[in-house]
Amino acid sequence: MFLVDYLKDITGAIKSLLTGMRRTGYYFTHHKEIITQQYPDNRDTLKLPERFRGEVVMSHNESNEHRCTGCTACELACPNGTIKVVTKFDISPEGKKKKAVDKFIYHLELCTMCNLCIEACPTDAIRMAQSFEHSVYDRAELTKVLNKPGSKIEEGVE
Amino acid sequence: MIEELGTTEQGELVINIGPQHPATHGVLHLVVTLNGETIRKVEPHLGYIHRSIEKMCESLSYRQFIYTTSRMDYLSSHINNHACALCVENGIQVEIPERAQVIRVLMDELTRIASHLLWWGAMAMDVGAITPFFYAFREREMINDIMEETCGARLTMNYMVPGGVMMDIHPNFQRRVKELLLQFKHKLPEYHELVTDNVIFQSRTKGVGYLSADDAVSYGTSGPTARGSGVPCDIRKLYPYDVYSKLEFSECLAKEGDTFARYLVRMNELEQSIRIVEQLIDNIPEGDFQAKTKAVLKLPKGEFYQRVETARGEFGVYMISEGAMQPYRIKFRSPGFSNLSALDHMARGAKIGDLVAIMGSLDLVIPDIDR
Amino acid sequence: MWSLSKISGLIDHWLNGKLGSGWASVAEMVIVGLCVIGLFAILGLVLVLMERKVSAWMQIRLGPNRVGPKGLLQSLADTLKLLVKEGLTPDGADKFLFNLAPFVAMIAAMLLMAPIAFAKDFQIWDVNIGVLYITAISSISVIGILMAGWSSNNKYSLLGAMRSGAQIVSYELSAGLSILSIVVLTGSLKVSDIIAAQQNGWWIFKGHVPALIAFVIFIIAATAETNRAPFDLAEAESELTAGFHTEYSGMKFALFFLAEYVNVFIVCAIGATLFLGGWMPFHIGSWEGFNHIMDYIPSSIWFFGKTFFLIFLIMWFRWTFPRLRIDQLLNLEWKYLLPIGMVNIILVTIVAIKGWHF
Repeated sequence: MFLVDYLKDITGAIKSLLTGMRRTGYYFTHHKEIITQQYPDNRDTLKLPERFRGEVVMSHNESNEHRCTGCTACELACPNGTIKVVTKFDISPEGKKKKAVDKFIYHLELCTMCNLCIEACPTDAIRMAQSFEHSVYDRAELTKVLNKPGSKIEEGVE
Repeated sequence: MIEELGTTEQGELVINIGPQHPATHGVLHLVVTLNGETIRKVEPHLGYIHRSIEKMCESLSYRQFIYTTSRMDYLSSHINNHACALCVENGIQVEIPERAQVIRVLMDELTRIASHLLWWGAMAMDVGAITPFFYAFREREMINDIMEETCGARLTMNYMVPGGVMMDIHPNFQRRVKELLLQFKHKLPEYHELVTDNVIFQSRTKGVGYLSADDAVSYGTSGPTARGSGVPCDIRKLYPYDVYSKLEFSECLAKEGDTFARYLVRMNELEQSIRIVEQLIDNIPEGDFQAKTKAVLKLPKGEFYQRVETARGEFGVYMISEGAMQPYRIKFRSPGFSNLSALDHMARGAKIGDLVAIMGSLDLVIPDIDR
Repeated sequence: MWSLSKISGLIDHWLNGKLGSGWASVAEMVIVGLCVIGLFAILGLVLVLMERKVSAWMQIRLGPNRVGPKGLLQSLADTLKLLVKEGLTPDGADKFLFNLAPFVAMIAAMLLMAPIAFAKDFQIWDVNIGVLYITAISSISVIGILMAGWSSNNKYSLLGAMRSGAQIVSYELSAGLSILSIVVLTGSLKVSDIIAAQQNGWWIFKGHVPALIAFVIFIIAATAETNRAPFDLAEAESELTAGFHTEYSGMKFALFFLAEYVNVFIVCAIGATLFLGGWMPFHIGSWEGFNHIMDYIPSSIWFFGKTFFLIFLIMWFRWTFPRLRIDQLLNLEWKYLLPIGMVNIILVTIVAIKGWHF
């Protein structure tokens, strides 16, 4: 009886090992199962979903106008102090002083892509871009000014 | 030369496994006392990735602090976020729309599947089989893609906010989850062929790292670690939150208390999670994905506690509010810390190879332990 | 038709004519030495690339595909990188032994090349105790590993080396027993005799079940002796980071690496010689036409084909199975392989005495 168990042990063990080998052997011979994406080569076809959070950008239209009113809601919503909104006072044609954004400073190196600033923005001025290759040689390059030079606020955005 | 190598008085060898070591999955430092190959004592040293998240949370508002919890147990970030969101919702007394609840539970279970998949691959790698890791990542990648599409990130989603979820699900979400389920049904038998049934794996894990039910309770272990010893402790069953009370799923238990039992519990949990996703994916109710909440949240004075079941065990958020915009004090109860405390007890008398297998079966995530 | 033995014969003839027999044999030794070193380098490059490709395809990856056409030059690039790396010697190490160890491992592997018949009549040294020579020399490789582990002054290395010692010493037994079964069947220790005995069929087919069992045991023991997964306890990376060669870097590490692969090649070559007929083509009984076609394939291709098939088998093991624990490893040897091997050798003897083999 001992011998029967002993032999049963061995055949069971060999069977289980062969099952595993059949599985890896299957993948060895079926190259269509390969799932590798050759990343830097497939840049042209690599499309990230539109919700992917790569970095914060400010949308500008063709006439170099953005929608940021300089309300600093994003600055308050940010948990890391990533955003610093520097405001100035524009003089409107009627002669009234109006708060506007002078510099929208964004520290990419501090950003955790939590999306809270975009949620907080009342005018949809900022959004998340899908770019993700952020590495640079100088850390200073990661501090960005999001409103383009000479841009102004779009008509009708309060 | 042995003396020079650093031994104890009894001629035992003291070796440092970690903080940089292929088996510790991060920066865990184990000071192991060995007698030959046999382990006499294991002393975990913590703190290599301590970022004082609890203290940081005290200076963040109730909306802001949630993102930090994604960085604790990064493999179940949704579930951590869920706990924090629930805790804040307790405080502000807001009713969560049915749709948001269902989406949350769906995300939780997908996260659990992804986490268990990574654990399965890492566990197999710990005992020496490298190939399963890649098979596990194939399915995990599908989940990550789903997360990326709906939540905007692959690992640290910050998708759960007080009042519901941040965004509605993506139009493709249901289709892709169904694809995943199909793929998973097809591939799960492979996992068992390759690892579970393998005679070497079984002999490496059966009877190794025994933890009795009493010890499991006294060390405060939770999740699959405790359930592997036969202690029912699934928070989803005991203290159901969101829509878990309406769902049909069973709590996976095993009596043996060894490494293989913990392994089986996790493998069964994978199937149960799939069952939950299957029940919900076609029944996402219409409605809002977020309840209306005030722009600035303020919790009433008092203490709040919320526990959830992460992939590793019981995760708790304890919050003291003084009525301000920020919490006065936050304490997280992380499952990994208590599970790790049982390691010494389990590993004594085992071999070095066993230590690695036991650690694999605990599924430690070091940032979760250190916080 | 050209063959390796013809080429070697021509060179021998030419050298004898030019230099006289004394100097000719010296020149031949030098040539043989250079050839062995060259074969080593080529084997290292080919086997590393093969391992990486095999593992990649089993793991649903692409594998190296950047350096050279289809990644063929990858291992050359790796070698270049290892050559220019600093060969570090730890402060507390026993410097002499530390630096000697990789060469011991290497030389042990090199010595084993001698009795292997690479093609018909193409053998470095057809010694009449060839099989004994192989079993004796293959035990030396453990000394290199023990030396490396001891002299590194590193606890991981020491543990790895001790594991390796226990492992190789015990698996030597069952490897020896399974080799012995073929010796019993052939009645000779000479490698060329063993191959010649397989003229009308390889031992794995001729020797019935006992030969098959001996073959399986040999493959398991060979995997263990070369410290390959699932028996790679000496370097188990999830337990001992890199085991006995934790402290080695640069070219000294590369020598260990190379020695491992060359050892794999050699044990597979021995397996092919003993069980699969070495360079003998595949013949089926009385199928004259078929046998004739098989004879047209050069003998060196037969030899390397069989050897690489066995190497692939060992790689297949490595990328499928988890690693054993040290006590289980010894259990497997002493409780399973050795008793089975002993019973098996009795069966083989009966088969040989009764002349039941074909």
